[in-house]
This record gives sequence, structure tokens and C-alpha cells, in this order.
Amino acid sequence: MATIYVDNKPYVVNEGRNLLQVCLSLGFNLPYFCWHPALGSVGACRQCAVKQFKDEKDKRGKIVMACMTPAAEGVRIAVDDEEARQFRETVIEWLMANHPHDCPVCDEGGECHLQDMTVMTGHNYRKYRFPKRTYQNQYLGPFINHEMNRCIQCYRCVRFYQDYAGGQDLGVFAAHDRVYFGRHKDGVLENEFSGNLVELCPTGVFTDKTLKGHYTRAWDLQTAPSVCVHCGVGCNTTPGERYGLLRRIHNRFNHDVNGYFLCDRGRYGYEFVNGERRVRTPLLKRDGALGPVTRAEALTEIGKVLSGPAVLLGIGSPRASIESNFALRELVGPDRFYDGVSARERQLLSAMLSTLRAPGVHSPSLREVGEADAVFVLGENLAEVAPMIALQVRQAVYRSTVPMGERLGIPAWHDSAIREAIQGRHGPLYLATVTGDKLADVATRSWCAAPDDLARLGFAVAHCIDPTAPSVSDLSEELPGLAKEIAGALRSAQRPLIVSGPSCGSLAVVQAAANVAISLSAAGAQHAALCYDAPECNSFGPALLDGHGLDEALQAAKSGSVYAAIVLENDLYRRADRAAVDAFLEGAEQVVVIDHTVHDTTKRADVVLPAATFAEGDGTLVNNEGRAQRFVQVFKAQGDVQESWRWLGELSRTAPSNGAWQNLDHICTRIAETAPALGEIARVAPAATARFLAQRIPRQAHRYSGRTAIGAHVNVHEPALPEDPDSPMAFSMEGFPSTCSSALTSAYWAPGWNSVQALNKFQAEVGGPLRVGNAGVRLWEVAEGHDHKYFEVIPPAFQSREKEHLAVPLHHIFGSEELSVLSPSVAERAPASYVAVNFRDAEALQITDGENVQLVLDGIPYRLPVRILPDLPSGVVGLPSGLPEMSWVKLPGWGKIVKEVPA
Amino acid sequence: MSERPLTANIRSNAPPLTVAEYEEAGGYQALRKALTTLAPAEVTKLIKEANLRGRGGAGFPTGVKWGFVPMGADAPRPKYLVVNADEMEPGTFKDRLLLEGDPHLMVESMILSAYAIEAEIAYIFLRGEYVLAGKRVGQAIDEARARGYLGRNILGTGYSLQIYMHMSAGRYICGEETALLNSLEGKRAIPRAKPPFPQTSGLFGKPTIVNNVETLCNVPHIVNRGVEWFKKLSRTKNGGTKLYGVSGKVKKPGVWELPMGTTAREILEEHAGGMRDGLQLRGIIPGGASTEFLFEEHLDLMMDFDTVQQAGSRLGTGTMIVLDDRTCPVGMVHNLTKFFAHESCGWCTPCREGLPWLERILKALEDGKGATGDLEEIRTHVKFLGPGLTYCPLAPGAMAPLGSALNRWRDDFEKHIRERRCPWR
Amino acid sequence: MLTEEIKHEIEAEAERFERKQAACIEALRIVQMHRRWVDDESVRDIASVLDMSPDEVDSVATFYNLIYRHPVGRHVIRVCASVSCWLLGYERLLDHLIQRLGIAVGETTADGRFTLLLNQCLGACDHAPALMIDQDQYQDLDVANVEAVLEHYQ
Ligand SMILES: Cc1cc2nc3c(=O)[nH]c(=O)nc-3n(C[C@H](O)[C@H](O)[C@H](O)COP(=O)(O)O)c2cc1C
Ligand code: SF4
Ligand code: FES
Repeated sequence: MATIYVDNKPYVVNEGRNLLQVCLSLGFNLPYFCWHPALGSVGACRQCAVKQFKDEKDKRGKIVMACMTPAAEGVRIAVDDEEARQFRETVIEWLMANHPHDCPVCDEGGECHLQDMTVMTGHNYRKYRFPKRTYQNQYLGPFINHEMNRCIQCYRCVRFYQDYAGGQDLGVFAAHDRVYFGRHKDGVLENEFSGNLVELCPTGVFTDKTLKGHYTRAWDLQTAPSVCVHCGVGCNTTPGERYGLLRRIHNRFNHDVNGYFLCDRGRYGYEFVNGERRVRTPLLKRDGALGPVTRAEALTEIGKVLSGPAVLLGIGSPRASIESNFALRELVGPDRFYDGVSARERQLLSAMLSTLRAPGVHSPSLREVGEADAVFVLGENLAEVAPMIALQVRQAVYRSTVPMGERLGIPAWHDSAIREAIQGRHGPLYLATVTGDKLADVATRSWCAAPDDLARLGFAVAHCIDPTAPSVSDLSEELPGLAKEIAGALRSAQRPLIVSGPSCGSLAVVQAAANVAISLSAAGAQHAALCYDAPECNSFGPALLDGHGLDEALQAAKSGSVYAAIVLENDLYRRADRAAVDAFLEGAEQVVVIDHTVHDTTKRADVVLPAATFAEGDGTLVNNEGRAQRFVQVFKAQGDVQESWRWLGELSRTAPSNGAWQNLDHICTRIAETAPALGEIARVAPAATARFLAQRIPRQAHRYSGRTAIGAHVNVHEPALPEDPDSPMAFSMEGFPSTCSSALTSAYWAPGWNSVQALNKFQAEVGGPLRVGNAGVRLWEVAEGHDHKYFEVIPPAFQSREKEHLAVPLHHIFGSEELSVLSPSVAERAPASYVAVNFRDAEALQITDGENVQLVLDGIPYRLPVRILPDLPSGVVGLPSGLPEMSWVKLPGWGKIVKEVPA
Repeated sequence: MSERPLTANIRSNAPPLTVAEYEEAGGYQALRKALTTLAPAEVTKLIKEANLRGRGGAGFPTGVKWGFVPMGADAPRPKYLVVNADEMEPGTFKDRLLLEGDPHLMVESMILSAYAIEAEIAYIFLRGEYVLAGKRVGQAIDEARARGYLGRNILGTGYSLQIYMHMSAGRYICGEETALLNSLEGKRAIPRAKPPFPQTSGLFGKPTIVNNVETLCNVPHIVNRGVEWFKKLSRTKNGGTKLYGVSGKVKKPGVWELPMGTTAREILEEHAGGMRDGLQLRGIIPGGASTEFLFEEHLDLMMDFDTVQQAGSRLGTGTMIVLDDRTCPVGMVHNLTKFFAHESCGWCTPCREGLPWLERILKALEDGKGATGDLEEIRTHVKFLGPGLTYCPLAPGAMAPLGSALNRWRDDFEKHIRERRCPWR
Repeated sequence: MLTEEIKHEIEAEAERFERKQAACIEALRIVQMHRRWVDDESVRDIASVLDMSPDEVDSVATFYNLIYRHPVGRHVIRVCASVSCWLLGYERLLDHLIQRLGIAVGETTADGRFTLLLNQCLGACDHAPALMIDQDQYQDLDVANVEAVLEHYQ
């Protein structure tokens, strides 16, 4: 710590920081542009000027850039200095000279950092009287709109896109006052984090194109804290609604999880909420066709079966909340609760869970992933399955080189100097994946192989680290060296990290990763961590409820018993073989599906109940690290839409069961009582009865317009506000704009700070955790000791077959996930289906890129165009996972490629 | 006539010395001497003692700069020497004389200087427009290599050096030493923050020395003739000779090697032949475009680093630009400001946005479209584009002639506004 | 497509640097030497030779004055517009060229013979005004003697 003097008052501050970060943390309103807490300092905009004095006697001082000056012991500065103030005003005046002043028609208007800083510096009247420069805008794809005239050249976009996110197709062009930020040519921004430009850009150059499709002003959005539902990482989000339409997703800061950023799937996947395939009313099958009915009719119909002789099977879902899964379990009883994932996935999830909960294995938060100093990725193409983990791995390999710069006397926050000094070198990162990975540009070594061979590498690494770990016999030539190198890198790291997961469908891979983690812990590594990604937003939730496997449920069709089924937010056709699901659904007395979106399973249901999406209901999700996080209802959906757990509660009241809950708190209490693994769930967010200064927390900004007129076209009387029995938040602009609990905060605002950067005012130290702590509760922490046993089953080396190929799933950030691909913008980025083959195999089969072939899997032929993927191992072919037009296939599995003979 | 070590071999209108001719004239003796009898640190020590100051504009002591380079077995490798031959400062044409006139002196200087810092690789960063210089230096490098002065195991001493030439793609900011390094790395020439200084973390993050052409060309002579000799070349405390130049409406514009500290009057009147007939001198910019105007009353000052600085300007590159009484001072600073605005790299706000604004005000004045308040606006800009406020010294350099012109000739500026025209047109 | 010759030249340059991307500017100059200007396709081709993205190459290409990203004529006239040449009246010379060639600065004559550009200080301040045509420099110019210079370039 150091004592510095600001405007002649002493402050004790963190001496590892620069003066800008320190001043902002102390609450001074110092304007800035090019600096960003996650990107560090480059000193380009010259906006953060303060006066620095040599000592007490120095009265003249000299202007310095706060962001480029270390907060060293005894530093004396003045923020409130006339000359410095004038300079800051002049800098804004320069920035505004060519700015179009188009705030009224600018999408950023009202949440614009440039607007805020302009007001802050006191620049009111322009003196510049010459023509403004203008630029041509570019087409940048479905996510981002480009309006270059608003640019103030702060360079944040390229720094984030290139340096932070590893993107290569956004750059800065030309020089002097003609610098241009965009692409070499019009075209889709390829990097999977492009959407963050919307929030990083301090003005309206990069704005959300999907918001533009149904634009509303930021202050007219109703928001609530939420959690992303499009992968297992659980990034915190702020969805915004107006007039019953979800309009956009913004990042919600969580220091432990996503920090300042989201991936594009998470940001742009939201439009399924507004989709045409939404179920809005109960549906009942009559004469073979589903049609709308009243809720009473639907409930009566279900009631008949509930009180009948049929055995009631409940099929849960990894994309439904814990509460909904639990409510289903309560309704059908634990014995008849099935967790709704394929047998293979279930096996993988439970292996992952038991490893993560074992002593000695630390399951890192996303932030901790970014702090690792040696990383071994086994099996996962992270950028496709869990992009935010990939982003943090990228930070880890960068950050672990920062000490090289620090040894030259460069402080860690001095981003440009550090990068110039380290010259693109990066810390140890080893990638072992089935096919080439986007992180390869920063990898020490990348290796592609069939899943079994990946697992063998992992087992070998574990054995190198701890000789008591099972050893792998007859490794092929290159492997012993590679395993040794990886083991060495992990062993000599302070914070080694293994990243793995279920995406190549191999239990051996998951177990091999576990062995590496265990071996590190056995070898005495203090801060080793094992990060598994989870496929869906609540994959671990139902798994913690000790349900049975979906495949067991499907067996019911064969057993001849009389059964009915309730399917919770799940399209079974994405989980199991089509014929088996058909048989199961046909064999049931009644099939009730509770879901928000029409899919193949709802089409075969007898009754469909309209479920709330994440935006329309409350619930809790467990992410890949074991963190339980609450999402709060953003808006009341029209019609009969409500949370699945509410529907299930209503059903249980018509049935002899004990689900007596009326609201979320009731059900959470009940969960805590009955499911020990989820005992902490009630702590995830304050109870609905909590009040702040006797008030609720408003979902609407204090400038929200139309409170009394919004429904005037229906009824001129001011309607009563909707009640919220499930959270302390109100559907109102009134209340206590609380930031008392991070689990209940969705928007930040402070006087003079209307943009996302108002967040500064709510962090203990700017860039650090929120003053009130980070949202979410970890369900388990690492226990002392390392009594965990090694997995012993090591698969034999992969053998390619003469006439067959091993088909493995290939994941796509855009396309593989069920809900996000229903958003038009995401769908535009999804690939068409294909079968990927490597060069040599293609040559042997005499097939070429783009040519159609038949792939026969389990006796079923799929007609697919060929895509040549050079990195794919020989004997292995890849199939895109989860694309809407591909039905479920059991992967990995052996199949045969048949060249099409032209007719 | 006093000694002219830098230009002794240069003959006007004749090709430069071949390697044989250069050797005959005593060339490569310094190199041989240093490599066989002096340790690298001893060469640096000589340069330090000679108090050789940088001729690129800033006048930083060269030996001190070299002294910051990590030496010995555990120093990061490779180390680099870079010759700044970008010479793009308007009104400056001195390095060109050396490069075209005596390329072997350049090459020998590079090898010697590289030896002093134990560099393995040396680059010469040459202006793209200096085509002839490029050819001649390229040829000299080849000849030197053929004679064993360059490459592996030079003169059998175990010291090895490669020299490469980089022709710039053209940008004034490339002359700024850290921007130059980015450009050599194939990037946009954006200046870097200092610290870290190139001496410890420069090209490709390795220890690097950047020096001006003229600076380095002194090195072999200091090694050959000694520190005392070097100091005595000058008329002031700042040792050595200096290439002084004059351009503008004088009788005989040109560039001459003279003792450091020669007065402006002597340079102007004796060497440049005085003003053209019928013209009076109104002011001079002493050292390239980014130095403050000096006036009649300064002509008897000795043109060395310290004296010129005391007079409120800088020696800069030592090539002066003369303004006469029939030329509009506003027009002149307009031309200069246009140059700087165009050559801003676009990184920091004041320079990127402030210079074009100034350029437009000055143009408006020239076009008879000046407005009240314009001069105040210029003042504010001059103040806030000053040293320390921008990311690098380009913009403050641009303010030097403008600010001093406005101070001296405020009446002329006002007249433009009052009369709604340029009185010189 | 880059010819093999160009590719070899670029690769030879790349070897002289610690990282081959550092040869980006050299590569652009080489292409321009052979083709007079650098078109979009060449930007992409250079990018693939040096393992860069087209955006990275173009970011560099558009930064520098002497890399032409638009087509130029058979000969490029670069008139020095800096201060010493200004003092000696380069503007008159330029006006003459504009009239004589019938094009504005930045344009190319209809027959593709000349492109007219301004250049920063050519380092010929003692012989102002000066200009360059292609790789050749001319000094002490005026309206009267510039004509003869143009004659060399057809
Ligand atoms: C905008 C700008 C342009 C410069 N241009 C040149 C140049 O063309 N040649 C040069 O030698 N130094 C130039 N310099 C100075 C260099 O940054 C550096 O100080 C010099 O090369 C160091 O060499 P010296 O110590 O031998 O003078 C320039 C500086 C600035 C700020
Ligand atoms: S003053 Fe700023 S914009 Fe100008 S050249 Fe230097 S860094 Fe670039
Ligand atoms: S924030 Fe300090 S210079 Fe930009």
C-alpha cells in the first residue's frame, strides 16, 4: 500500500495500480476513454489528465496522464486543478470536433460514455467551425452495426478484439485524422466475442444489430439479473424487455465468472424468447391435432391421468432450473424421476461431478481459469463448446508472461509496453483435441487425435507427474515426449490447470483429465485446478438430484406397464434414438410436455403447458464449476406462460402429493431440506420478502417512460402493478435502486454515469469485485487431502478400421445449442450439416470437398456434403453436433462412408 | 580551414569512394583498432568521454545512451543497433549528404558502434525516397562484407555482425525512435511509451540502440583520433563538428561541416551567401521544422545545443530554414502545420484532432476567412499540444514554430483577420 | 496470385527478421515494385505468405505514404510540398503541372501516363523546388524546365 495525496488529502491506495484506477476507485470523477479495467493502459486518448506535483512546495506542477502514472508512495496530484480541467475539456472538444452529434438517433444515446464524459468535462459549446470528416460504414454481419462517424479513436475495439480475444479480422487502417476501425473488407466479424464491442465502444460506432431490429431506449428497458442459458459456464447477464419483447442481452458483471464479457452465443441467442415457435397457451391434442385450450381444461385433462392407474414418469432437463427439476421429482417421486440426458452423457456428467466433489480437486471459477500459469486442454474445442473458458485460457497464457515485462520495470497495467516487451510470447498451453482448435495461435503445442488416444495422453501425463498413477503401455512414438513435456510444464507451474469435458463423448477423456488433476494434488501442487465444461446451463443441477437415466425411462415402452409421462423442458429427440423415443411416447397413456418452445417432442404430446423462459420466470442454475446462480424474472409473459415449477406445483395440488409451494422461496426451502447436495440453494439470492429500506428493488430505470400510458391503448386507467411473489424486485420504477445484493442487481447507474461504465461506482476497487460481493454460491469447495483414487481403465490405442470410420461430434458455437440457434442472427452464423473427413481419408475414398456422400451410422444413412478438415486424425470423421436438421446420433460411433454414384 | 572529418572524403559531383579508396584514405583503420585493441566497453567509454551528443535532434549524450545496454554473457540476445536514416524533418538534408557521399564511413561507423554494444544485428532504417543513398550504402555493405569487415568473425576477431537495410514506406513519425522500431517490426509506426527504453527493451523486445546517421559517423574518428582531438574540433563545450544547412531564399543554400558552435550569422552570411538581393531576414527556424523561430537578435549566438536552448529554441538537426520579409509568416506556419497534421500517426487525441484543426484555422486566415477568436484558439492549441501532453514529441515539435511565430508576429496574424486577406498575396 | 519470383523475394526478406511478419512492409514494397500498386488480392496473398490476416497487412499498408492501395499511372510524380519548397514557390510548379496534365492531385491522366501526388520533404531543400518521378529526383525546378523532365517519361 502507498499513501498518495489527491487535492491535498492523503489516501492509502494499492501501489500496484495506476493513478486513474486509483482515483476512480476513490470516487473521483475523472474522465477516460482508452483505459479499461480489463484492457489496461495505453495512454492514447489523453483524457485522464491530472496535475502532478514534485512535492509540497511545488505549486506549478505538470500535467500527466493518470492512467500512465504509477500510484507510488508520496505521489501528489490534483484532479481539481484549473489547468488540468481545461486540458480535459479541450480533449473532449477535440474528440467532439468531428463527432456527428447525432445522439437523438444514435442507439447508444442515453447510455453513452462519450455523452457522460462530455458533460463531465464541462464542454458545452463547440468552437470548431470547419467541415467534419465522414466515413463509409461497413457490413459486419448479423450481430454488429457499424457507424464510423461516431468514432473517437480510443482504440479499445481493436485492443479487445485482437489482443484480448485473439481476433484477426478487425483492425485499424490509415493514419492521422483518417484512422478507421473496421474490417479489411465488408464481411462478418468472425471472432466469437465480437458482441462485446457493443459495450466496450464508448460511443455508438459498434451497436447491437439485433436490438436495432426492435429498438428501444436503454432507459425504457425493464431488466432483472439473469444467467445465460446457452452453455454450462453460467455467465451473468442483464436481459432487457419492453412491451413484452425481449430486446437485448447485456453483460452483468460478476468478478468470479464472466467479468466484463460475454460470448456471442450468449449475447445473441436470446431471440428464441420472442420466437414464433413459442408456446403461449396450454395445448391439448384432440382428434390427433394440438389446439389451444384454457388452463382449466388442460389441468383437468392431466388430472384425470394423475389420479388414474398409470405410473407417472417424470423426465427432467439440464436446461430447466433446479426448482423445476425438483418440482417434477416431488410430483412423480424420486424413484420415477429421470434426469433427461442420454445414457452416455449421464455417465460423463456423474464422472465429472464425483471428481470435482472429491477432496484435493479444485474446481476453479472462470476468473481463476484466467489466472492459471500453465494450461492443459484435453478433448475440448473450447471456443466452440464453452467460448468464455477459451477467452480466459487466452488471458492465462498472456498473463503468465507479464512477469517478463515486470522484470523490465514495466507495471502489469501498462498494456502496450508489456505487449511490446513480451512480443507475442505466451505461457505454457497444451491442446489435445480431436480437431484443430482456435486457441492454437497461442498454444505451446497442439495435438489432434482420436478420443481414446487423447485419453491415453492424459493418463500418460498423470503417470509422469505421479508414478503411482496408472501407466500407459505402448505409447506411440511422439507421445512419451509430449506427455513428459506437459507434465513438466504443469509441475513447474504455480497454478496449473487442466481443462476437459464431455464434448467428445469419451468417458476415458474425462477420467484421464481427472487423473492429471489427482496426480498434481498427490505431487503436492497447492493450487492445481480441474475445470470441466458442462454442456448445458444446468447440466449439474438435475445430476445432483440423483435421478435415473433417460434410457431407463425409455425402457418403459418395452416393459408393457401402463405409464404416463411428464416431460420437462426437453426435446427427447435430441437425447436418444428416434425409434426409442417414438415408442416411448406412443406407449404412454398420456404425455404432458411443459416447455416454452415447440419441438418434435411437444408435437407428439397430449398436453403441452406453456413454460416460462429464463426471461419470464425465476429459478436457479448450477454451472460447470458448481456455482448455483439465480435468474430473476425480467417480465411477466402474456397468457398462461409461467415457470415449469409453478405448473408442477399446480399439478401436485390436484394430486396426492406434498408439493405445497406457492413461490420460489417455498420450493427452495423444500429443496434444501430434501436434497443435501443443494443445501445452499436458499442462500443464492435474498428471499422474496427481503426489503431494502422497506422497499422493493425496481426493475425499471428511474427514467422509464410511459408508466401510466403504456397500456393506454387498452385501458386508460392505470393498471395495478404485477405482483412478484418470488423475488424482492418490483415491476416498477419505484423502490430502492438497490445494489445491496449482487444477486438482485441488473443495472448500474450513478449520477453522471449512464453507460455500462457506471459499474465503477459499485466496485470496491474499479475492476475488482462488487462491494456487495459476487453473485452465486458455490455448492462445494475443495476439501483437504487427496484420498481420491485414480481411474484405472485405460483404453487401448485407437485403431482405424478398414471399411469404417469413427464418427465423433464436432461442436459449433453457433448451431450446436438448441435454443440460441432459434435466434435469427445466430442461425445465420450456423453451418449447414456436413461430414468432416481428413485429407488422406478423403483421398482413399476418392471424395472431394463439397461432394455429397452417404454416411451410414447404426444402419441409418445420412446424406451429407463432405468437408475436408486437415487436422482430423485418420480413420475419424466428424459430424456437427446438435444442428437442427440433424437428428440424434449416438456419437462417437462407427459408421461407413459410401460415395454417391451419380444417377 | 578547420578540420572536416565527416565530409573529408566527399567530393561534389563525383561518385563516393570505393572500398579500396576509402581504405587508402585511412578507412576501416578505426574498426581494426577497436576490434583488435579495445574491449566494447572501452569504445563506449571513449564516446562518453568525448561527450558526443546525438545529431538526430535531441542532443542526448550518445555514450550515456550506450551505457544503458545490458552487456556480458547473460544480456538478452540478439542485441540490435539501428541507424536512424529516416531524415524526413522538413528543411533537413544533412544525413543524405553523408549517406550518398561516403557510404563506407556509414558502414564502418555502424560496425564499430554495434561492436561497442555487442550487437549481432544492425539495421539501417532509410527513407524510402533516398533511392541513391540506398544503392550506395547497399553497395558499401556488400563491399565491406567481401573484405571481411562484416559477417561472421570479422577480421578474425570472433566478433560477428549482419547489417540489413530497411527502406521506409514513408511516414515522418518513423523517425521517432520507438515508432521506428515498430516500423522495423513490420507494424504501424506508432510510438511506444518510455519507459521501457529501447536500450533495454527495443526491437523485438531486445536491447537496442537507435542513433542518427551523423552521430554515428563521428565514432570512427573519435576512435582514431582520440577524445581531446574531438573536443577541440568545436568552438564550444559541445564537441565535434556539425553539419549545418541553410534553405530558403538565400544566395547559396547548402550544407557544410563546420565547428560545433559556429554562429548563425557566419553560417548564413559566409557560407550561404546571405539573403537574396532585395530581401531582408525575418527569422530562422534553426534546426528542422520542429524548432522555434530565432530572429535577427540571435544571429550571433553559437549554434550548439546549450546556447540555442537558452535562447528559447533548439539546435535540432542544425539545418536552418530562413524566412524573408516578402514571405507570409502565417503562410509558412500553415505549410508546416499541414505537414505535421498529415504526418500525425493518429494515436493520441491532441495531435490527431488538434493539428488538423489548427491547419484549418491557418488556412482560413490565409484565405481571408479568419474569425475573431482564432488567435485565442491557436494559443490554446499551442499550449495543450505542448511537451508531456501528447504521447510523443511530434505535436510539441509542431507547436515550436507556430507558437514562436504567433508570439513574434501577432500583428501579421491579426492583419489577416482584420483585412480579410493575406497581405502578402 | 503472387508470382514465384515475388514470393521468393518476400521470403528472402522475411529471413532477415526475428519474426517473419516483420517483413510485411518489405513485402508490400516488393509487390508494388512489380505491380506499381497493391491490390486487395495481393494484400491477401502477402497475408498468407507471412501468416498474417489480410486485416493485419492492410492495417500496415494503409498507414504508410508510399504504399499505394489505389491504381497509379505508369509514372508517379511526387511534388515536394514541404516548407523549403514552399518558400521557393512549389505551388506555382504544382499549379502548372495540374494545368499541364489536366488532373488534380491524387488523380491519374486519362492515358495512364502520370499520377500526380504530393510528397513530404524530399531532402533537397537546398535545391528547392524538387520533385520525384518514379525513382528519380529532380531539383531546382520551375515552370520552364519541368517540361523537359516530363519528356523522359512516356
Ligand atoms: C517526430 C520525430 C521525428 C524524428 N525524426 C528523426 C529522423 O528523421 N532522424 C533522426 O535521426 N532522428 C529523428 N528523431 C529523433 C529520434 O527519435 C531519436 O532521438 C534519434 O534518432 C536518436 O539519435 P541521436 O541520439 O543520435 O540523435 C525524430 C524524433 C521525433 C519525435
Ligand atoms: S503526438 Fe500522438 S498522434 Fe502525434 S505522432 Fe505522437 S503519438 Fe502519434
Ligand atoms: S484513459 Fe488515460 S490516456 Fe486514455
